[in-house]
Amino acid sequence: MGEATVNVTVNGRAWEAVVEARLTLADFLRETCHLTGTHLGCEHGVCGACSVLIDGAAVRSCLMFAVQADGAEVTTIEGIGAPDGELSSVQAAFRDCHGLQCGFCTPGFVVSVTAFLQDNANPTDREIREALSGNLCRCTGYQGILYAVHQAAGAAGQQEPA
Amino acid sequence: MTVPTAEGSTRYAGARINRVEDARLLSGRGTFVDDVSLPGTLHACFVRSPFPRATIRGIDTSAALALPGVCAVFTAVDLSPDVKEQWHTSVGPDGPETPRPPLAEGEVRFVGDAVALVVAESRYLAEDAADLVEVDYDPLPAVVDYTTAEQAVTLVHEGHGSNLIGEMSGLPAAALQEVFDSAAHVVGETIYQQAYVPVPMEGRALLVDYSAPTGELTIYSATQAPHEVRLFCSRLLGVPEQKVRVIARDTGGGFGQKIMVQREEMCIMLAARKVPGPLKWIEDRRENLIAAGQSRHEHAAVKMAFDAEGKIQAAQIDFVSDCGAYPTPYPVSTSSVVGALFPGPYRVPRASFTAKTIYTNTVGRTPYRGPWQFESLAREMLLDIAARRIGMDPMELRRRNLLRRDELPYTNPNGMPFDNISPMETFEQALDMLDYPAFRKEQAEARAAGRYLGVGISNYVEPSAPGFGYYATEAATIRIEPSGKVNVYIAGGSTGNSIETTVVQLAADALGVAIEDVATIQGDTAVTGFGAGAAGSRSASMTAGAIRETAAILRERIKAIAAHKLEAAPEDIELGNSRASVRGTPTIGVSLGELARAAYFDPYSLPPGVPAGLEASARYTADTRFVWVNATHLCTCEVDVATGAVKLLRYIVSEDCGPMINPSVVEGQIAGGVVQGIGGVLYEHLAYDEDGNPVTTTFMDYLIPTATEVPVIEYGHIETPSGGPGGYKGVGEGGAIGAPPAVVNAVADAVSPFGVTVTRLPLGPAQVLALIETNQA
Repeated sequence: MGEATVNVTVNGRAWEAVVEARLTLADFLRETCHLTGTHLGCEHGVCGACSVLIDGAAVRSCLMFAVQADGAEVTTIEGIGAPDGELSSVQAAFRDCHGLQCGFCTPGFVVSVTAFLQDNANPTDREIREALSGNLCRCTGYQGILYAVHQAAGAAGQQEPA
Repeated sequence: MTVPTAEGSTRYAGARINRVEDARLLSGRGTFVDDVSLPGTLHACFVRSPFPRATIRGIDTSAALALPGVCAVFTAVDLSPDVKEQWHTSVGPDGPETPRPPLAEGEVRFVGDAVALVVAESRYLAEDAADLVEVDYDPLPAVVDYTTAEQAVTLVHEGHGSNLIGEMSGLPAAALQEVFDSAAHVVGETIYQQAYVPVPMEGRALLVDYSAPTGELTIYSATQAPHEVRLFCSRLLGVPEQKVRVIARDTGGGFGQKIMVQREEMCIMLAARKVPGPLKWIEDRRENLIAAGQSRHEHAAVKMAFDAEGKIQAAQIDFVSDCGAYPTPYPVSTSSVVGALFPGPYRVPRASFTAKTIYTNTVGRTPYRGPWQFESLAREMLLDIAARRIGMDPMELRRRNLLRRDELPYTNPNGMPFDNISPMETFEQALDMLDYPAFRKEQAEARAAGRYLGVGISNYVEPSAPGFGYYATEAATIRIEPSGKVNVYIAGGSTGNSIETTVVQLAADALGVAIEDVATIQGDTAVTGFGAGAAGSRSASMTAGAIRETAAILRERIKAIAAHKLEAAPEDIELGNSRASVRGTPTIGVSLGELARAAYFDPYSLPPGVPAGLEASARYTADTRFVWVNATHLCTCEVDVATGAVKLLRYIVSEDCGPMINPSVVEGQIAGGVVQGIGGVLYEHLAYDEDGNPVTTTFMDYLIPTATEVPVIEYGHIETPSGGPGGYKGVGEGGAIGAPPAVVNAVADAVSPFGVTVTRLPLGPAQVLALIETNQA
């Protein structure tokens, strides 16, 4: 089985590892880096639970090989909040608005929404729904999630007035 | 948040408390089964049948075993001999269960049937090896269509002698013949619902760590019922129950699918004792969609008789459900509930039913949120069809028949004893929230402009927190630790139902302590008393009872110690905000921490007769056998008659779940159920082709709703306390019961100008267009 060396920064920490070429980035994060917050809900790129930030952009880590992340800066759900456990504005909004129930899809949503609000600080409801459409949730009916993104967008707006 | 006031008035129940589960889940620090890594863990992958029915002529595992990193390949001959007993507690040891071999023995019975189990050092290697297992199949004719299966020559289970699993019935139809013959209106249809499924975002998952020297098994399980997993495992392996410990920390949704142990989990339990390390199986999405079970998929001939004023005289349902090859559990009793509840929250003087369950060569039926919801679907669809035929407004037809509060308690003709419900109130509240007359006006204007709007409603009543068998009791242990902080031990089984937060809220109130001082430990059979888990919308009511019973013991003890310390009478002591104080003199008091210190570290200072420590365990037995809960769902939609697309406009739920422990949690449960129900009508279909091949095996084929499709859900609340603890009622399943008929009726109303009668689900664009075109032709 082909192997390759991968150098990647995950949540600010540098990793160098020799991995099988077929190892997905999701499995690399979960098994090599022991960052199990990135979840696998379908392993075919639809559900978005495995979303991580690669150089700031939201990417499905089940559809990418670890070797393709060579040289990249990866942020997982574990790197979204502050090291002291304080929640980011997106995470706090999900908590405040009951935007999660079982919590399995939640890391993917938080990562996707974080990236989305960085690109669009004042989204419309339609834009929010479109942005969320690549992440599946089976518990909430999306109600709390939609409220959470509106709240987080408001908070983001306050932090960085347009 | 904490308001120190008089006795028992530090009220957290009723408040929108932020969840204690959220910090870990939002930060990637949850512990789902696949997140647990034990040294030396081995990984399992199943080899599954590509045929719906075939004889297994031989299995060659040599190539798989030769692959480096592969530890073992098991087939039925390796695992079946170890099976001691296998039965689910809800069915009992003598129940007429389907024979359920862990791996297929000689014959495969559906596409996805597990034939062999590969164990390797990684999931990657296990999958590689699974591809190398050569199974020699001799394909056989399969029973695919459940509607003709009863008459089929081919049998799914030869030993059963028939494809009819069982049949139950109420009053015979003949007994109602006279009523139907003389009724002013008789309306009947056959209503059909396609298969759709729970689809938890985390599939099934199990990690079994077997210790040969002690014979103990530690099992990490994605389950709604940790104690049931333990019991099942101990019976399966013939291991004493206390040697099995089941831990369920975080579980990624269940919706019924994770209540019962199924065949794959049996395999992992059996194989774990034969491999040199902990054994992990993480079901992938494809497996979940082909092998974790089917739900819904049923039809019924339904009929109602009305008098000239539209009052229901009689209701009849003949129900048939597809149960696949290996239903879990025995499906016959659940099917009879469809019949028993078919009259719904209406005044129905006479009723009859039959309920048949059928084997087919498809994946086995498993419970799904509101497992008997077909009774509501069929009844509410029929009522709309009847209203149209009688020429009456569908809301008016319901208004004339809904049960009123002054008629309660009311026992329906099938013996269901309704009480503490409010169907008329939720109905009128929902219509008010919509402004029904205004909608009809808007609809008429839209139709004049060539746009097709519709409104649909459903009313239901369902039993929650069943007070029967092993569901009827729940335990709590509460430890007020020496520091005065509180731990509440509850069986648990949370798969997203917020039961940790619920327990913390209820315990804080029951003990009069600040909510920050309370934590809960759940989902570990080693430290919690037996409980039936998250099923039957029972968690809120049952844990409230368990906490009530246990806290009462501790309150008495705290008051005795405080009275002794404060030189007051115990009956003058009140508890609040983690303090005990003398009534009327709040400045004279003592903190719970001080009392706990005395209780643990200075036991001789306690008043006579009061035991040391502040720990108690107690068990609640259901106050009532039925905790009835009712709701009205009302939605509006627009149908694009050119594309067949349905857009939901407004979605209103008025429910009566009694007092709400946490309105956010109540709304979250309703919303989740509603959107699953919307999915079931408009998008989801666990489909097979006519040869018995599953065709929706990925999320690209099996479509669940996304954020772009869901309406904003509006909530109305009527509060009628139940007869159970706190007056609480279960609210976990109702959303999934009420939504499908409301959505179907809205679509049917929108396309009614085309003369369409909707009797079949799903209602995707193709089906909607076909309905319109058929009726235009």
